[in-house]
Amino acid sequence: MVQPILQIDGLTKIYKGGLKALDSVDLSIRKGEIFALLGPNGAGKTTLIGAVCGLVRPTSGSIRAFGLDLTKDWRRARAKIGLVPQELATDMFESVEHAVAYSRGLFGCPPDKARIEEVLRSLSLWDKRKEQIRALSGGMKRRVLIAKALSHDPDLLFLDEPTAGVDVELRRDMWRLIDRMRDRGVTIILTTHYIEEAEEMADRVGVIRNGKILMVDEKDAMMAQLGRTEAHIALAQPLTELPTAISRFPVDLEQGGRSLCYRGGDGTGKGKAEVAELTKALIAAGIDYVGIEIRESTLEDIFVGLVGEAA
Amino acid sequence: MRFFNPRAAWSIYVRELMRAMRTAFQSILSPVLTTSLYFIVFGAAIGGRMPALGGVDYGAFIVPGLLLLTLLSESTSNASFGIYMPRFTGTIYELLSAPVGVAETLVGFVGAAATKSLILAVIILLTANLFVDYSIAHPLLAVCYIMLVAASFSLFGFILGVWADGFEKLGIIPMLILMPLTFLGGTFYSINMLPEPWDSIALANPIVYLVNGLRWTFYGSSDVAIGTSLGLTFAFLTLCVVVIAIIFKTGWRLRD
Repeated sequence: MVQPILQIDGLTKIYKGGLKALDSVDLSIRKGEIFALLGPNGAGKTTLIGAVCGLVRPTSGSIRAFGLDLTKDWRRARAKIGLVPQELATDMFESVEHAVAYSRGLFGCPPDKARIEEVLRSLSLWDKRKEQIRALSGGMKRRVLIAKALSHDPDLLFLDEPTAGVDVELRRDMWRLIDRMRDRGVTIILTTHYIEEAEEMADRVGVIRNGKILMVDEKDAMMAQLGRTEAHIALAQPLTELPTAISRFPVDLEQGGRSLCYRGGDGTGKGKAEVAELTKALIAAGIDYVGIEIRESTLEDIFVGLVGEAA
Repeated sequence: MRFFNPRAAWSIYVRELMRAMRTAFQSILSPVLTTSLYFIVFGAAIGGRMPALGGVDYGAFIVPGLLLLTLLSESTSNASFGIYMPRFTGTIYELLSAPVGVAETLVGFVGAAATKSLILAVIILLTANLFVDYSIAHPLLAVCYIMLVAASFSLFGFILGVWADGFEKLGIIPMLILMPLTFLGGTFYSINMLPEPWDSIALANPIVYLVNGLRWTFYGSSDVAIGTSLGLTFAFLTLCVVVIAIIFKTGWRLRD
């Protein structure tokens, strides 16, 4: 089995005051994957990232990155980790290129103007390199934070809410950038409130709530396991009870018998096929219908369902 | 980089010096102007009417004290501001997440603060020369002592910057403790001029030993033995290093 790039075992963090932000978290991240950590506000996402990146002191548990124990070999491990924080925290009076070069130096890398140029160009910041960061728009400032995190070519990159508060165009730019980083073999762990973002990019998804990991799975497997198809069939004539011809389907009568509701499937397309079977059965039984509305559940539905169950 | 990350230390050092250059008026011109006013008032204007102290003209007598006054306040405020601002703005995340430990942080922040103080010291000595005549009996020792004081109080400032949780606290110690102690520590007079019991009480003021230590390197004599001054300054420096090591080990006010 391939050694995980990040292995977290029994990680617990109890803040002063007694708040348990992380509760025996076990998590394993594979090399080269994009892992999306989803959770409501205060779930423990940022604390988890902080514990790996050295911003938070764990109460107990162990963290190994690249096979190195972060409490002992923290220098070697941290040199390969990049972090884009949630807040726009940077020296606003510094120029873009100085800020990025400074970050590179902090991680022990020699000055490399070509690499800085490459990073700045990839983020459309090259034309702004001489400007003070305070003069940039919010979206551009966020790009600077990403440039700083990429300046030392990390193998493992944490993106804490990378697209929070940025416009749709920039968000899509960021997605493309993250795709390019994945192509270069960078392992990415991102937290986000935008489920659409996780759905678009992640290979695997983890759901965290109240400091506990509720579920970790391949995005597609999670969709298959927890996904559902919902179909509403508007009937030409109301029914008083379910006909035996369709009793084998997971259906209910709604709106006083004027609508037939199907809830089933597993997120693999099985639901759609069953709805097709259902419509054939209805026709065969002489039950006419005037409209069909069919909807596949999204990752957001699954997330809301999981988090709701755990509440 | 297994035990020390020299590029990180250098990056912090250069960045801190660049920050000082960005605020050159506040960082350099302002203390030089203030100290020049002291020399004009106490050195050139009043000093001419004062008797010589220990064979040294009054104007020249106050040069080491005024130099120390600037060194203490600037070293402390530069280093405290240097580490407090990243904490205040949140940019400290970068330092904490990088392969940077206590040694690199101290070399970077404290080194830069001490360097700024040394630059100021040179400028102040050159400025003083315009108003009063003075000489330095032990120039090498004077340089070493100035470096020692700058480093010690930069370390002290670093501790203040970690301790402070607001701008008010950042200014309390320099303004309410350091400044009065320096004024009462023999900057403008010899403690031998004080009547009993005040001359004995004055010896409880640690700044007395610093002022007199520097004065000894200038004129070869002072109110206390140079060995005592050096010993206490080294002890203070060591205490600050130990406190900072504990801060990093426990993550106090740095890591949640």
